Amino acid sequence: MQAIDRKLLRDFSRLWKQALAIALVLACGVAILLTALGMYKSLSDTRDTYYERNRFADVFSAVQRAPERLVTELAAIEGVWAVETRTVGSAVLDVPGSMVSVTGKILSLPPDGAPRLNVPILKTGRLPDPTSTDEVMVNHNFALANGFQLGDFFYANLNGQKRQLTITGTAQSPEFIYTIGPGALMPDNATFGILWMSQVAVAAAFDMTGAFNDVALKLSKGAREENVIDAVDRLLEPYGSLGAYGRDLQASHSFIDSEIKQLQNMATVLPPIFFGISAFLVSMVMGRIIALERSQIGLLKAVGYSNLEVCLHYLMLAVLIAVVGIGIGWLVGGWLARQMALLYAEYFDFPFLIFSTSLWVYAASGMAAMLTTTLGAAQAAIKAARLAPAIAMQPPVPPQFKRSWIDRAMATMRLSQPTIMILRALIRWPVRSGLTMLGLALAVSTVVSPSFFTYSLNKIVDSAFYESARQDGMLILSHDMPEIVLATAADLPAVLQAEGQQYHPVILSNGNHEKRTVIQAGRPDSDLSRVIDKDGKQIAVPPGGVVLTERLATQLDVRIGDTVDVKFLGGRQETHALRVTDIIAQYFGLGAYMDLEYVNALLRQSPRISLINVSLDDTEIIDLHRRLKDIPSLAGIVMMTDTRRSFSETIEQNIGVVNTIYIVIALLITIGVTYNGARIQLSERSRELASLRILGFTRSEVSYILIGETMLLSVLAQPLGWWIGTLITASMFNSFSSDLYNMPLVIHPAIYAKASFVVLLASFGSVMLVRRRLDKQNLVSAMKVRE
Amino acid sequence: MGQEAPEIVFRTQGVTKVYQTGDVKVFALAGVDLELYTGEMAVLLGPSGSGKSTLLNILGGLDHATAGRVWFRDTELTDMPDRALTRYRRDHVGFVFQFYNLVPSLTARENVQLVTDVSPDPMPAEEALALVGLANRMDHFPSEMSGGEQQRVAIARAIAKRPEILLCDEPTGALDSATGVQVLEVLQDINARFGTTTVIITHNAEIQRMAHRVIQFADGKISSVHTNETRLAPSEIVW
Ligand SMILES: Nc1ncnc2c1ncn2[C@@H]1O[C@H](COP(=O)(O)OP(=O)(O)OP(=O)(O)O)[C@@H](O)[C@H]1O
Ligand SMILES: [Mg+2]
Repeated sequence: MQAIDRKLLRDFSRLWKQALAIALVLACGVAILLTALGMYKSLSDTRDTYYERNRFADVFSAVQRAPERLVTELAAIEGVWAVETRTVGSAVLDVPGSMVSVTGKILSLPPDGAPRLNVPILKTGRLPDPTSTDEVMVNHNFALANGFQLGDFFYANLNGQKRQLTITGTAQSPEFIYTIGPGALMPDNATFGILWMSQVAVAAAFDMTGAFNDVALKLSKGAREENVIDAVDRLLEPYGSLGAYGRDLQASHSFIDSEIKQLQNMATVLPPIFFGISAFLVSMVMGRIIALERSQIGLLKAVGYSNLEVCLHYLMLAVLIAVVGIGIGWLVGGWLARQMALLYAEYFDFPFLIFSTSLWVYAASGMAAMLTTTLGAAQAAIKAARLAPAIAMQPPVPPQFKRSWIDRAMATMRLSQPTIMILRALIRWPVRSGLTMLGLALAVSTVVSPSFFTYSLNKIVDSAFYESARQDGMLILSHDMPEIVLATAADLPAVLQAEGQQYHPVILSNGNHEKRTVIQAGRPDSDLSRVIDKDGKQIAVPPGGVVLTERLATQLDVRIGDTVDVKFLGGRQETHALRVTDIIAQYFGLGAYMDLEYVNALLRQSPRISLINVSLDDTEIIDLHRRLKDIPSLAGIVMMTDTRRSFSETIEQNIGVVNTIYIVIALLITIGVTYNGARIQLSERSRELASLRILGFTRSEVSYILIGETMLLSVLAQPLGWWIGTLITASMFNSFSSDLYNMPLVIHPAIYAKASFVVLLASFGSVMLVRRRLDKQNLVSAMKVRE
Repeated sequence: MGQEAPEIVFRTQGVTKVYQTGDVKVFALAGVDLELYTGEMAVLLGPSGSGKSTLLNILGGLDHATAGRVWFRDTELTDMPDRALTRYRRDHVGFVFQFYNLVPSLTARENVQLVTDVSPDPMPAEEALALVGLANRMDHFPSEMSGGEQQRVAIARAIAKRPEILLCDEPTGALDSATGVQVLEVLQDINARFGTTTVIITHNAEIQRMAHRVIQFADGKISSVHTNETRLAPSEIVW
């Protein structure tokens, strides 16, 4: 090994604490980039492969009841490669041993065997016999959650008849990578399952012999989706079409898609921040090292090392830091990616996971980190290379302090000498002070942002779950029923209060703006499910029009008093021009509301409801469940109390993890910035501080200068950090505000207080570590140091 | 020195060095004409600020003259590009500085290796250290050695490449007289043994008595040159 390399390694091991502090910040960037890119790649590759292999359809449509002969016409649409029709229904299941109500989504299998599109993957057992009416295949996770074995059975209310169904197999399907039950907010495999049954069985159960109510189409390459959707709509229109849609509106697909987009965001937004901070730290430390090693640089040049060799020598120090950072980042990132994959496996039902944290992801994250770090060191290294050998042999010129108005101001304020020293140093190196503050501010904002999420989510949950939807349970009817069933519902055990609601899938249009949504119609005196705006105010929905959420109104470009065309789907397919009576602000959903009686009058129908909201007496709930399993006309049951609880739990758990991660990140940034800053300050001032000690200043007076400068910068960084954090959050919320929800920016002092507490404490801790060196400082040798 | 005309190593012609600090022009060197001969030991004397270090830096290829010309044997150093100057330093020149300038993170041996690593025909670092009497301190770090020992390491580092010229800027400036004498003995020994042309800057007028020639500086110019008829051994010098 060359002597100069040995110098490099010794310097590096002498600086290991500073190097590690930087490497950890760098590692954060690498780990996040690795995880996000890795998961992004893994998730999208897995999904694409799965779709490809199992022929996930491109266009979907539900319809009331269409004759089977339409298949040929559907297949004849230009651009359609394959068509598959089926019957889809929903039923309440009676699972032996289960206390809660379970809902099943039932899909018919083609008479000639396995589906050609959205092909399920058989995990265990076999498909139900095409002729059998009591065999069922269930989705694998549903079987797992309920502990089903092949041959086990459960009961289902199929259109008025309670049937015993025997499990012949379990499967996974590209249609149900992410499954969520009706009215639920999160997947729950124990209470919601997918059931595949023979066509004869399903057709009989839902009265669909010779007909279908669901169609999936796969397009040929180059086909235009919009054209196919229009053609499908035209064909199905007379049969009560609910409107065809592409993958973008398919529940499972759109959820995975948004997850993939988030990973992409994460990969592009966060790592550059970490890389930037590391580059700044490296440049600060390298700058100091070059200043300290002026004479060594001069010596190297005097004895014949070239500019390039000197430059590389110093760059290598940065490279070593980067190597450590990248190593840690790869280790942590690899682990984190695996954890994430496991987490995804929990939410997403993939038959396989292409976990391709492939070489290029490692290479890309490593290159990015290496590049930014060396870039950070470049300025210092080039300065070293440029240093004329003769000049390097002389001591550096002391920094120029000029008297300015600030000094005169400080003089009139009668500040103590140490305080003046602190302030002067900050002003002397404005760029460094500024960047240090910026680094600390970013640390603050790292804690601020996720805290906002907690408060905002709580606000949304409050508004949706406690002010608007106050029911304890929802009984979803298999089809609209006369309002009198409310009386029957009220007689059920545990039910204290029962209110009806009508749900209508609709397409709203204004000119060429078009939007699919569901109109909720209720009575004005409803107490369990109320229409609430952002401020928690109850909104009266008057007859004679429709009330839209702001989001919907904006997308349709309508104002109060305008008319909007409402096409009621799935029935007579009537279109009515309705007046927009009110536009209200809500946090999520594309809600549209009407008065129940007005809807009945408009559609010339007798009073009817599609859903019953109930409030319950907790003590009798078990009896209720027992009874519900036997009620034939229920398509599903949602226990809102459970939903609320599991939602809150999941959110709390996730937010807890996220907050912890971000606090760790903030700590690493703070330590990286303050520890290095204080070390450099100490190194620059060692002679000055030693002189003060010799002049009779006490140890604490002297450390006041060291701690004072760091803490002053930290304190000054706080408001900046709050501001940046709020700004980042606001822009993130803005980018989230999708079709579905808006995050309210709830500003709470506790958000800022927590962030500042974390960062100030960490900077104090770091500077105290450096202070210990001051205590150990040998006054004599500090004075002897020749710079 | 033999009877025949001595061979010239360095020749300078009207070398001038001007430093511009603000509006003030400082003439560090104001026209220096000088010849240095192969194998000689020359001492540069002169008051502080008279331009001694400046000249030495220019001879050693650490710095460029503002005007005038400089030759090393047949090669002109005057406008040599940076890269060639580096090459020149690497191949021909050994430096010894007042403050030793050892790399603190390297041992004595490694400090010497720093130079032997890049020289075309070096002697082993151990041999160089033995020559300065530090055979038993090779693995010590600079912080574990006295000033004199550190300066001897610096000399070992300078001679390990077998340079043709050794340029020493106040090599004993930071040392007491006994230690200084040790260092001078080493320089004398190297000069005698390898015929290395040696230039020593000093403030100590006594040291001139061990030189072949003494060059006196004043105000950026050579004020006098004189040849010693008899030289003293370093051990005979006291200050
Ligand atoms: N980088 C520089 N910028 C401006 N002036 C300089 C610089 N280097 C040297 N000088 C000036 O050039 C003159 C000669 O300096 P030099 O270092 O050669 O003197 P010296 O004879 O070696 O003095 P000493 O015995 O004190 O080392 C001095 O007046 C010095 O102030
Ligand atoms: Mg000098």
